[in-house]
Amino acid sequence: MTTELQRRQVTGTGIPVPGNDIDTDRIIPARFMKCVTFEGLEQYVFYDVRFDAEGQPKTHPFNEARYQKGSVLIVNKNFGCGSSREHAPQALVRFGMRAVIGESFAEIFAGNCTALGIPAVTASAQDIAALMEVVEKAPSTAITLDLDAKTATFSDLSIAIDLPESSRQSLVEGAWDTTAQLLDKKAIAGAAGRIPYMTWSV
Amino acid sequence: MSKNLFDKIWDLHTVKTLPTGQTQLFIGLHLIHEVTSPQAFAMLRERGLSVLRPDRTFATVDHIVPTDDQARPYSDDLAEKMMQALEKNTEENDIEFFNLESGMQGIVHVIGPELGLTQPGMTIACGDSHTSTHGAFGAIGFGVGTTQIRDILATQTMALSKPKVRKLQFNGTLSAGVTSKDLILYLISKLGVNGGIGFAYEYAGPAIEALDMEARMSICNMSIEGGARVGYINPDQTTYDYLEGRQYVPKGEAFDKAVAFWKSMASDGDSEYDEIMTFDAGDIEPMVTWGINPGQAVGVSQSLPELANCSDDERATAAMAYEHMGFTPGQPMAGAKIDVAFIGSCTNGRISDLRAAAVVAKGRRVAPGVRAFVVPGSMQVAIQAREEGLDKIFEEAGFQWRRAGCSMCLAMNPDKLQGRELSASSSNRNFIGRQGSPTGRTLLMSPAMVAAAAIAGKVVDVRTL
Repeated sequence: MTTELQRRQVTGTGIPVPGNDIDTDRIIPARFMKCVTFEGLEQYVFYDVRFDAEGQPKTHPFNEARYQKGSVLIVNKNFGCGSSREHAPQALVRFGMRAVIGESFAEIFAGNCTALGIPAVTASAQDIAALMEVVEKAPSTAITLDLDAKTATFSDLSIAIDLPESSRQSLVEGAWDTTAQLLDKKAIAGAAGRIPYMTWSV
Repeated sequence: MSKNLFDKIWDLHTVKTLPTGQTQLFIGLHLIHEVTSPQAFAMLRERGLSVLRPDRTFATVDHIVPTDDQARPYSDDLAEKMMQALEKNTEENDIEFFNLESGMQGIVHVIGPELGLTQPGMTIACGDSHTSTHGAFGAIGFGVGTTQIRDILATQTMALSKPKVRKLQFNGTLSAGVTSKDLILYLISKLGVNGGIGFAYEYAGPAIEALDMEARMSICNMSIEGGARVGYINPDQTTYDYLEGRQYVPKGEAFDKAVAFWKSMASDGDSEYDEIMTFDAGDIEPMVTWGINPGQAVGVSQSLPELANCSDDERATAAMAYEHMGFTPGQPMAGAKIDVAFIGSCTNGRISDLRAAAVVAKGRRVAPGVRAFVVPGSMQVAIQAREEGLDKIFEEAGFQWRRAGCSMCLAMNPDKLQGRELSASSSNRNFIGRQGSPTGRTLLMSPAMVAAAAIAGKVVDVRTL
């Protein structure tokens, strides 16, 4: 059984956003980061590729009615490259994404996803292409990411997925919120005491 | 056992191995700014936690500050709110804030080194991907997200998986008129914007050792544009000379002791690496990006690539780039007419960058129809530039001389491109919409190349001006 705080399995329908090197400025343009909370960021996800200068919708998967229930984002290579802004995964999560599957991810982006309890898993280019094709033809197809078996299943297909073992562990154990694990003041003070520059005065 | 600098710093700062297999790493210096920290402070408050080491935490304001009228409250209400949040958070938590009144305000990656906060052998974190900049000092700088800022504020540590280390050896020397910005753009154009995923980069070799600290910072700064979260250069005499006498650097005998520690942290001569790649710096010419990511760059004498010659992975992005930029495969890079010139940013907003641009601007005029800006990276850079008369040189040439901040690198302040304007920019990202207009277009290049483009009104080889 999967508790609320565990991510052994994530099931949902997909939204394919094809293209390599989709950067965080495209996911959430910098002007929408003028905020002191993450609330409401879902309105601005992919804003400049979803809307024209007059605010009229353009062709984009996030605007398509058939994908509105999607919660598994399907992407290609190096998704989330560029800035470290957590606003990017925050906007995606607030729009309804519960997992991201792609050929590869920028490192900071993938780490930010894990920190929010969102699996960012990789699969081969061929398998991602197959998954995108299935979802484009039948958007209501259920996709199940199984982090124990490291598979994604959809229709009658099963593909291999991967993610760093530490991310997998923290997701399946519901331990992605790291603050409490890190807050061992004695160990921290011990480490600081071993670092020469921590005792220097200026 | 022989170790490289990355492994030495990693081992020295390891608190313990976490149950997930990640390492809990102590962070020696935590830099914060107004964009990515307010939510982290809110999370701390929700949990009733406090900042564990305010003495190792320093703040500045850079992304949202206007570079013309800085009177409070800012005309942009949202910017004012962010500034107030940072003021409140730093005051309540007893964190030193280099605000505008301090005279030390500036882009976080400019002021860290400038104040001597950034030192060899350190782990440094900041909620900004360009934290890799600090690696120029032989430190390990990590860009982090807001949740990790929360962790670092609360514990002065973060959970991390150890990357592999790739040594990038640059033999030979850079030709006259070719800068470290060209070197890093060249590297990214060769390895791609995802070539460094999973790696920390060690930049090494005679061409790197010959560079001054500011030139080294431009290289490490853009490691992240090549996919590497961390980039560093081993500390040497150039590093120690730069640091001596700076505010947060030990003085007198303590300085000598510091240097001994710093030397001990450099990569051993026979260190092992996961990968080594070798380049010849003599092959590099002034570089210009033509597309929508920093890897889409060519030498200024070259033509833009044919789609047929792009790899399968790159073709779709290249096609999108041509559509956005309005360029044609095969057209020469030189000659593209520009509308805006921007000199500044954490990549190239330091005094040596302004000097290099001023050499080009001196006695010349910005081309009619071109809006040209010089935005110093910090208040201290601005003061130094004024002492040297660089502000006058720029103004006489028709550049606008502005106040310190991130400005048009990411356009979170009022400085923005309009419509489809084409910008020659000394910044680090040419992503679609990056400079504030969703249809705006950016060509990345060195500060001297930007100055040359401003004067000529089009992309030119600065060496021919």
